[in-house]
Amino acid sequence: MADAIETTLPTQQLEAMKGVKKVPLEEFFTSGHRTCQGCESALVMKLMVKAAGPRTIVLGSTGCMYVANTTYYSTSWVVPWMHTQLGSSGSAGMGTAAALKVLMRKGKMKEEPINVIAFCGDGGGADMGLSAISAALTHPQYNFLILLYDNESYANTDIQLSGLTPYGAHTTFSPPGKAKRIMHRRWKKNVAGMLAAGHPECRYVATVDASYAVEMMNRVRKALTIGGPTFIHSLDPCPKGWDYDPMLSHELGELAVDAGVWPLYEVENGLLKLYGRTKQIAEKRARRKPVRDFLLKQGRFAHFTDDDIDYFQAKIDEMWTKWLIPGVIPFHTELDRDQPPA
Amino acid sequence: MAQAVEKVATSPKEHDALISGSEAIAVACKLADVDVITAYPIRPYDTVMQYVAKLVSNGELDCEYIVAESEHSQFEIVKHASAAGARVFCGSSGVGWMYAFEALTVTPALRIPMVAMVGNRALDDPGAFGVEHNDALAVRDLGWQLVWVDNAQEALDTALIAYRVAEDRRVFLPCAIACDGAFLTHSQSQVKIPPQEWVKRFLPPYNRGDLLLHPDNPITVAPQVNEDWLMEIRKHNDEAMKRSKTVIREAYAEFAKIFGRDYGNPFFEEYQTQDADVVLVGMGTLSMPVKVAIRRMRAEGKKVGFVRIRWFRPFVAEELAATLGRFKAVGIIDRDFSFGSPYTSGVLATEVRAALYPAEKRPPVLAFICGLGGREVTVPDVQRMSEMLLRAAAGERQPLTTWVGIRE
Ligand SMILES: Cc1ncc(C[n+]2csc(CCOP(=O)(O)OP(=O)(O)O)c2C)c(N)n1
Ligand code: SF4
Ligand SMILES: [Mg+2]
Repeated sequence: MADAIETTLPTQQLEAMKGVKKVPLEEFFTSGHRTCQGCESALVMKLMVKAAGPRTIVLGSTGCMYVANTTYYSTSWVVPWMHTQLGSSGSAGMGTAAALKVLMRKGKMKEEPINVIAFCGDGGGADMGLSAISAALTHPQYNFLILLYDNESYANTDIQLSGLTPYGAHTTFSPPGKAKRIMHRRWKKNVAGMLAAGHPECRYVATVDASYAVEMMNRVRKALTIGGPTFIHSLDPCPKGWDYDPMLSHELGELAVDAGVWPLYEVENGLLKLYGRTKQIAEKRARRKPVRDFLLKQGRFAHFTDDDIDYFQAKIDEMWTKWLIPGVIPFHTELDRDQPPA
Repeated sequence: MAQAVEKVATSPKEHDALISGSEAIAVACKLADVDVITAYPIRPYDTVMQYVAKLVSNGELDCEYIVAESEHSQFEIVKHASAAGARVFCGSSGVGWMYAFEALTVTPALRIPMVAMVGNRALDDPGAFGVEHNDALAVRDLGWQLVWVDNAQEALDTALIAYRVAEDRRVFLPCAIACDGAFLTHSQSQVKIPPQEWVKRFLPPYNRGDLLLHPDNPITVAPQVNEDWLMEIRKHNDEAMKRSKTVIREAYAEFAKIFGRDYGNPFFEEYQTQDADVVLVGMGTLSMPVKVAIRRMRAEGKKVGFVRIRWFRPFVAEELAATLGRFKAVGIIDRDFSFGSPYTSGVLATEVRAALYPAEKRPPVLAFICGLGGREVTVPDVQRMSEMLLRAAAGERQPLTTWVGIRE
């Protein structure tokens, strides 16, 4: 029995989908939701559970993806779904996975690999729920995925800044005013890098962007297949919070990657791999676009002066040129300083 | 302690062990074959988790034992495990219980039959490890069943009863077993440990039924209902709590049959009340000095009795009011405070007064605040309260609320 306690349950073996034509037609997040037009987070929900398939339990922490998706009698979830508290995605995933494990071990539930996905917003995940997520990622014996959908604000409560709101953005808690043009001077936390670096037992961490839908779904499938506690961070353009025409959601998702603001990478069993457009940029097969192209399409940066844009650009440049691992690990080594200028 | 537990596994008959209240509840977890247990350290409740940890490490209890990173997570983890069909156990004390408050709030609303132990502790600041009942009482309006026990045997028995009641589909509400810090959590007494077979007969497996979160039963739990439905759902909880009274009665009757220990009235214990002129009312381990004092006063011809309330939620108002109506004066001992409450008394006094209001016979009620922060409730304290009651019974005006055992 002592040994049985330590083993991990088998996971579903979900192969990568090779191209959009191989994506199944079945939806497990369907009609009934009332998110804003162009809501990229709603797309993330749909793709996430499409990738996971029907034998999946989803837990969702408070936020737009709870409030707008589960109106009583018109839930959009085809798979079992349960609300969890704002800071509880880590605990929800772990508690559910622990129950499945022990009930199957004791013969109280039919044995079967069941996917467990707990999602949270940037507020719920990167602010309030960070300690629970961090703790959850240290339990290799349970299989669950935590997916952070990052619309870069506390959107559901009317767009307040969170620890993942970008520098300078206009939110209802950081309105540009006469005395202070920039109210929000904090730089966005590097959540995926922090969690990957700080949780050696976590076997899979990735950043995704639903503008690259198949890539995104395949990362969900990989996380669930690898098993143990895993983490995916998705950047989701939000027309209401970012203040742009809803038809631009897809384009802004691409621009975030093209401008180097949102690097796409995965850390699989300790091996870091850049992918998609980010890989091309790193390998100098594609050029990083200026952040200006990304920022000025959004009303939340409309108050930016050229200086503000330059500052933002300089920070992104630093991330690509100075970081020990560009876009992932923000250390500079002493070695760098001794090297001759490139 | 290991000895006590080993015997449980092998003995077909009940056996005696000298164990504390915390250990008794750990043994109950083993007997109930609990599936998921979460721990976080805070004195004095955490002794139960130390005993549980030993049971797990010795292979005597097969469960997922998770040390959480906060009480909030501790309670959230088991909440979700219970929704997925696992029998769960959790617990806390003082500010730890308050740290979990958000989770405590949603647990009954979700109809999660969690069983928890509260090792009652003062809500520091200022720092104090000792017993006060304010921690557990803080959830009194939320749908938690709350039961106070006063010895290790009762702790073990009540934990088994708590699972049966909480997991009864007519109820499906969490239950907290309140144990006075130190006086019960850490004090050993002789306990009869029942064999597993008896427990199996008494406690059916947890069956979440159509509320199970599983791919075979794709439900959406806790949707956004707003003003459209919230009132109806709250009413469901209200009805469940009302039904809990019946289920508690049934459980104690069945318990007496299988285990041979009959607690009589499950909701409150009466001590020397038959011919009493006045009674004291209280919860938890203060029953010990109260009973000693009563025996002494009886020797002096003073007819004092005692009513020890076990189940604070559900609160059996009619039955308690009818009982208290038999006496000439009633004194409520609160090991808690409720600042600014009616007559600035304690929580229990306020509730008992409310229970008495519609009753035909309403004796005068005196409120006493006593034993806060783990201060001992002494025999002279009890005698002083009783004397005041006897004066009130004789028609003499007495203060409505008195702090007893406090520096003047
Ligand atoms: C403990 C707690 N504090 C505050 C709230 C109020 N609240 C509800 S949704 C929400 C926003 C959450 O933001 P995020 O996690 O980023 O999700 P989003 O709404 O952006 O989708 C907040 C603050 C809450 N539900 N619970
Ligand atoms: S506010 Fe943003 S995240 Fe929320 S529903 Fe609207 S678009 Fe989606
Ligand atoms: Mg958000």
